[in-house]
Amino acid sequence: MELGELLRQLVFDYTLRTIVLGCALLGIANGALGAFALLRRQSLIGDSLSHAALPGVCIAFLLAGETKNPLILLIGAAISGWLGSVLAAVITQNTRIKDDAAQGIVLATFFGTGYVLLSLIQSSAGAGQAGLDKYLFGSAASLIERDVQTIAVLSIVALSVLGWFYKEFKLLAFDGEFLASLGFPRRRLELLLTSLTVIVVVVGLQIVGVILMVAMLIAPAAAARQWTNRLSAMIGISMFVGAAAGVIGAVVSALEANTPTGPAIVLALTAMVIFSFAFGAERGLVWNALRARRNRRTALAHGSDAPVYAAGD
Amino acid sequence: MELDSSLTIILVCSLVAVSGAVLGTFLVLRRMAMLSDAISHSIVFGIAAGFLVFRSLDTVPMLISSGLTGLLTVMLTELVFKTRLVKEDAAVGLVFPALFSLGVVLITRYASDIHIDIDAALVGEVIWTPFDTITLGAWEISRALVTMAILTTINLAFIVIFYKELKLATFDAALAAALGFAPGIIHYALMGLLSVTAVGAFDAVGAILFIGFVIVPPAAAYLLTERLSPMIVVAAIIGVVGSVVGYQIALVIDASVSGCMVMTLGAIFLLTLIFAPNRGLLAGWRRRRRQKWEFAVQLLTMHLLTHEGQPEEGIESSVRALPEHLNWGADFTGQIVARARASGWIAQDGDRLRLTDGGRATARSLRMGAA
Amino acid sequence: MTPNPTTNAPAIAVNDLTVAYREKPVLWDIDLQIQPGTLMGIVGPNGAGKSTLVKAILGLVKPAAGDVRIFGKPYHEQRQLVGYVPQRGSVDWDFPTSVLDVVMMGLYGKLGWGRRPGKRERALALDSLEKVGMASFASRQISQLSGGQQQRAFLARAIVQDAAIYLMDEPFVGVDATTEQAILTLLRELQHVGKTVLVVHHDLETVSEAFDEIAILNVELIAYGAMHATFTAENLRRAYGSRIMARLSMLEPASEVAPASA
Repeated sequence: MELGELLRQLVFDYTLRTIVLGCALLGIANGALGAFALLRRQSLIGDSLSHAALPGVCIAFLLAGETKNPLILLIGAAISGWLGSVLAAVITQNTRIKDDAAQGIVLATFFGTGYVLLSLIQSSAGAGQAGLDKYLFGSAASLIERDVQTIAVLSIVALSVLGWFYKEFKLLAFDGEFLASLGFPRRRLELLLTSLTVIVVVVGLQIVGVILMVAMLIAPAAAARQWTNRLSAMIGISMFVGAAAGVIGAVVSALEANTPTGPAIVLALTAMVIFSFAFGAERGLVWNALRARRNRRTALAHGSDAPVYAAGD
Repeated sequence: MELDSSLTIILVCSLVAVSGAVLGTFLVLRRMAMLSDAISHSIVFGIAAGFLVFRSLDTVPMLISSGLTGLLTVMLTELVFKTRLVKEDAAVGLVFPALFSLGVVLITRYASDIHIDIDAALVGEVIWTPFDTITLGAWEISRALVTMAILTTINLAFIVIFYKELKLATFDAALAAALGFAPGIIHYALMGLLSVTAVGAFDAVGAILFIGFVIVPPAAAYLLTERLSPMIVVAAIIGVVGSVVGYQIALVIDASVSGCMVMTLGAIFLLTLIFAPNRGLLAGWRRRRRQKWEFAVQLLTMHLLTHEGQPEEGIESSVRALPEHLNWGADFTGQIVARARASGWIAQDGDRLRLTDGGRATARSLRMGAA
Repeated sequence: MTPNPTTNAPAIAVNDLTVAYREKPVLWDIDLQIQPGTLMGIVGPNGAGKSTLVKAILGLVKPAAGDVRIFGKPYHEQRQLVGYVPQRGSVDWDFPTSVLDVVMMGLYGKLGWGRRPGKRERALALDSLEKVGMASFASRQISQLSGGQQQRAFLARAIVQDAAIYLMDEPFVGVDATTEQAILTLLRELQHVGKTVLVVHHDLETVSEAFDEIAILNVELIAYGAMHATFTAENLRRAYGSRIMARLSMLEPASEVAPASA
């Protein structure tokens, strides 16, 4: 499909427009929160939260009946995911079991429980898998305008809170102890940040699916990190990368048959990450290799009293 | 002749449980639990690539391609980490989704005419395994059962033969390297076996729930044992119990069998977490409460000793003033004083507290013990 | 400007402070009175509780008994009077931020919730960097700093708060000679303008030159006071055990007098 046709479709085709908008917003929200998850070495929280959300979705569905209000399912997912993170913390802080195993336990057992509930809902063993498709791989194709509105509202709320507490979160991520010494409530801020992450993860589940959520959360940030050494710029680029990948993935998925949204978005993200790792302005490997070669040549040419490193290295 | 299907299911799942426990124990101890998560997911790429290369969905090609994919996942993750552009956790979270996505896309675009059920691979449904049989002599045996039996034997053999090396590599990698055991090779062998077992297991429980068998029983065993061999054995037992009980529950409530098994394992873990004799939460709370009293009494004697014979002794040993000085509540102070008196370490003289000889000796030994 | 605390109370008063970790004592019954204008080093073996003492003063750990007063009042009422320099190794220096940014973080407490650092904060931060000789590094990414430069950035972050009391945790570890000199000079300057400075120090061989007073800690407070009266073989033996004397062969008991303070 050529570009003109594509653009026209984006503007006038309700379905495509809705999908693309939803994915873009998702990318933005995840890009922002993902930066903090990456920097705080909590990248895999996206994985355990997404798997832990499943029982909550099922319970919410059972309690809410047929209302089909997307918010109810999201709330269920959020509560369940949040409980999972609390349980992982309890395990880590009170026993010899380390963080990785704790997250794995939460991930597997919550997901297993959720799957049982799902199969009960579908009320036959085989059919359980059909409904699970949507959560495993994501399905932007089923997004309707109300979903996108929900996503938009939640994203705006999350980003606003992030913006309001930006400097506190920044210091929390860099030096939480110093933050506490200044009198800020460290634990409560950590709780807030985790809660915001729960929100964006839960929002993204229906689009990218349980398995790929982790990449949706941290890949934009990982890519962005290579282009800048300033946190604010990193968050901005991360949001952009997330949105771009979301849009590309959504469009490709809509246009090509048999291409679920989740994998399409993640492949776009992966390409961007690889590109950033190689050519990122600040930390890209290609530039580092070139710089190292240049320095070696300088050192060899000028002998031992030449400065070995260029200023700023 | 064929096996009763219930028996088949139980056998298959028990074998999965044993394999998972045996391999998972080392993963949990080496803090590589999330790698099992990564490998289980990237299996999908293995299936896709294997199919495209071998043009077949037979067991052996699938095992080969998945084993290689597992190793690929681990190696790529380490490669990404070595660039130092991201940390370990991020490396894991970047590699496996990429492989997974690639696998899904390959399957849906180039193999959509062949029935590769990704859902089944990931979540599995053991109900069907008794009916997918191969013929061995006079027996019709479930394919999954044969596969898992072979894989479990290999896993057990590996653990038994290389037990010393595994133990050393897990607890002291540097020493292992110095002694000439290559911890790196052991590491990759473990990952390779894990990948291959994951594929073997997905017929029964699917890849995601396989993680449950790999991580949860060893974690529970970690809270119940203090040494490596018991930990492996207990993990295996818990895994088998979980799968048998889970299967029964699934029959009763008519739900997904693999889901019920993992849910049961979760329940067992929760019970262990709370009630484990030494390391459980309850035991920990009781111990801390007891120690809180002991500690406070010791503190009181030391406090009295420090200020004994000093000008401020009058203030520091006054019962009324103690709460303020030590920052304890008045009730708490009263109870501590009572206990100290009951132990014969202090004597109360109106408002003043005095150390007894026994109390002074105790306080002195505490002081020397601290220094 | 920092309000001058109008009180005769000691700058820091630690009373019967006891801190436990999982019911094992880390600090036991510490009594310590530090007058304003003191420049004191805290020494002790590994695990002696030195960092814990600093964190307890800052209210970062909850004591099992006892309390801490800053100029007579509880710490949480006096936060703006205390500046903290944590251990360098406690953060990941790969974080995307500049040196100036890090220094401005010291002012977050004064800014409070919701307000962003502005021109005034930038100016104060640059000033602070001048004092540690790092003004030209203001826009440098912190991962490009050497150990000594990182330490000075942390120092600048503390002194930008213009506090009355400074608590530092092992600021001399792994720094080059230039930085060591810069820090020593800075400590003296701070003392000259009446600040109280408490520093956890890792090196027994340099502690007597750097500080006027010393506290020797090993879970309990072995001794504290003026350097030449307190830094004795006897006290060190009580804290470290007798093997320490062989290691410090240069140390003469009680006859070693610190060079006259600059």
